[in-house]
Amino acid sequence: MIQLKGVSRIYQMGEEQFYALRKVDLHIRKGEFVSIVGPSGSGKSTMMNIIGCLDCADEGQYLLDGQPIENYSEKELARVRNRKIGFIFQNFNLLPKLSAAENVALPLIYQRLGTAKQKERVAWALEQVSLKDRMGHRPSQLSGGQQQRVAIARALASRPALFLADEPTGALDSRTGREIMDIFHMLHEKGNTIVIITHDEGVADQAERKIRIRDGRLSEVKI
Amino acid sequence: MILQSVKMAYTAILSNKLRSFLTMLGIIIGVTSLVVLVSLVGGASDSVTEGISESGKTLITVSILKDKGKPLTWEDVSELEKKESISAAAPAGNTGSTARGRGKSVDIQITGTTPGYFEIQNLKTAYGRTLKRADLDNSTYSVVLNNRAAKELLGTDDAAGEEVVIGGKTYRVAGVLEKSKVSGWNAEQMEAYIPYSTLMRSADDIRYVNNFYLTADSQEEMKNAETEVTDFLKTRFGNDEKAFQVMNESQILELMESTQRTLMLMLGGIAGIALLVGGIGIMNIMLVSVTERTREIGIRKAIGADYAGIMTQFLIEALALSLLGCLIGILLSWGIIQTVNWFLPQYHFRMVKEVILAATAFSAVIGVAFGIYPADKAAKKKPIDALRFS
Ligand SMILES: Nc1ncnc2c1ncn2[C@@H]1O[C@H](COP(=O)(O)OP(=O)(O)OP(=O)(O)O)[C@@H](O)[C@H]1O
Ligand SMILES: [Mg+2]
Repeated sequence: MIQLKGVSRIYQMGEEQFYALRKVDLHIRKGEFVSIVGPSGSGKSTMMNIIGCLDCADEGQYLLDGQPIENYSEKELARVRNRKIGFIFQNFNLLPKLSAAENVALPLIYQRLGTAKQKERVAWALEQVSLKDRMGHRPSQLSGGQQQRVAIARALASRPALFLADEPTGALDSRTGREIMDIFHMLHEKGNTIVIITHDEGVADQAERKIRIRDGRLSEVKI
Repeated sequence: MILQSVKMAYTAILSNKLRSFLTMLGIIIGVTSLVVLVSLVGGASDSVTEGISESGKTLITVSILKDKGKPLTWEDVSELEKKESISAAAPAGNTGSTARGRGKSVDIQITGTTPGYFEIQNLKTAYGRTLKRADLDNSTYSVVLNNRAAKELLGTDDAAGEEVVIGGKTYRVAGVLEKSKVSGWNAEQMEAYIPYSTLMRSADDIRYVNNFYLTADSQEEMKNAETEVTDFLKTRFGNDEKAFQVMNESQILELMESTQRTLMLMLGGIAGIALLVGGIGIMNIMLVSVTERTREIGIRKAIGADYAGIMTQFLIEALALSLLGCLIGILLSWGIIQTVNWFLPQYHFRMVKEVILAATAFSAVIGVAFGIYPADKAAKKKPIDALRFS
C-alpha cells in the first residue's frame, strides 16, 4: 500500500545540504500496524509529512496504492489527504472555535458529504472513541486525552485507508496515553492500517512492526 | 460547500465582533453617505420639480437684469396681455412683513402683482374675489390671502371683507384662496397678494418691475409668445440681450435636472471613495486575519481542503463583511432619513431604490475585489509550513 523507494528530503541550510531523510526504502502493507521510533531530530516528522502527502520528497519515489505521488497536482494531493489519510497529531490540531462534532465533521465537509450523512458519520465516529456525550464541547472544554480522542474521531470519520499518528501520546500522561493506544489497537483489529511515530519505546513495542530511524536512515527492528 | 463557507464566515465574523465592526465601518460610512445624500438631493429636487410642473406648461418667466434707464412699470407688463399669443402677464414683487389680524401676529410673504397673476399661477378663490384693475389704478389697500394665512390671522377662510394690518397699514381682505394641493417645498406658507401699485407705495426698494410672468395662449403658442416678449424687451433695451432673461418651464426643469445630476455625481463620487477606503480596510483586516489563522489553514489543508476550498472560505468572509456593512449602512440611512422627515415634515424624503441596489452591488464588488488578494494568500499556503506556524 505504501512504498518508499530511495526517498530523500533535503533542506538547504545556507551553503550546506542537510539530509532530513537519506535514501529511505519502506514498504507497508494494508492492515499493518507499524511504529517508527527514533530520537528527537532524527527525521520522524519529516517522514510522516511525506507519507501523509503534506510534503514532497526531493529524491526517490513514493507510491501510494501503486500510484506515484510526484505526478499529483495540488488538488489531487488535497483529495488524497482528505479521503485516504487520517492524521493524528501530537498537539491534536483541533480548531478551537468549533465544537467536537464540528471538528469531526470538517473532513466530511471537504468530501462534500450530505448533511444527513455527515451527522450520521460524526455520531458514529464519536461513538467509537466514547465521546458521544461531549459533541457540543469546544476543545478548550475537554481534557487532553479527550481532545486526542476527538482528533482520532476526526480521522475515523473520513474512513481513511491509513491512520498516520505523529507522537499521539506525546502530550499526554501515561494512563491517558494507554487509553489512546487501546483505541489504536481496536482500530487495528478492525483491519485498519496504522503508522505511529514516536520516541517512546514502550509505545513503539505495541506495534506489529517497529522501524528505527536515526539521522534520516531507517532500519527494521525485531520486536 | 458555499453554504458551509457562509456558516464559517458567520462564525468567524461573530467570534470577533468588535474587530468585524471596525472592519465594516468604512463600508457602513460609505453606504450611509451614498444612500442618505442621494436620497436627500433626489427628494429635495423632486418636490421643487413637482411645484413647477403644477403651474402648467405655458409659463414664461422674465427677469430684468439691467434696466438701462428705461425700467418697466406694471402698466407696461399689463400691456403685454394685448399681444396675440399671450393670454396673461403679471409682475411679481416680493417682500416679507408682519401681519396682524384679530390680535394675532404672524410673519407673512407678500407678493405685489396684478389681476393676471391669479390666472397665470392658477390660483382660485374659495371666498371673495381676486385683485381687480381698479385696485391697481387706485392703489387700494386690498389683499388676497392664501388659505393658511386667513386661518392663522382671522381664524377662518371665510374672511372676505375682514381687515388685517400688514406693515402698519390696514388692508381689507378682498378674497381668500382655495387650499393648496401641492405638498412640497412651497406648501403651507403664509402668503398675501396686494396690488403692485400699493406695494410700490409701501416698500421703499420696489419702484419698478424686475420679474414678471406670462402664460401663452396654448402650448403651441409658447414659441410665439417667447418671441413676442423677447422682441418687445429687445426694442426697449436697445437690442441688449444681456439686459434680460426669458425662461420657460422646460428650461428651468432642465437646469434643475442638470444641477441635480451634477450634485448626485459629485456626492456619489465622494461616497464611492469612502466605499473604496472601506474596501481597503477589509483587505487590511483580512490580511491580518489570514496570518493569524495560518495554523487553522494548515489544519484544514491537512484534512483535505484544497486551494478552492480555502479561497471560497476567505472570499465569502470578505463578501459577508462588506455586505453586512452595507446592510447596516442601509438601515442607518433609513433611520437618518426618517429623522430628517420628522424634523422637516414638508419634505417627504424616501430612500431611492436604485441607490440601494447600486450600494449593494458596489459593496459586493468591493468585498470580492479586496478579498481576492488575502484569500489567494491564504489558499496558497503550503500545508506543512502552515502547520508548523505557531
Ligand atoms: N523546514 C526545515 N528547514 C530546515 N531543517 C529542517 C526543517 N524541518 C526539519 N528540519 C530538520 O530536519 C531534521 C528532522 O526533523 P523532524 O521534524 O523530522 O524531526 P523529528 O524526528 O520529528 O523530531 P521530534 O521528535 O523532535 O519531533 C531536524 O534536524 C530538523 O532540524
Ligand atoms: Mg516530530
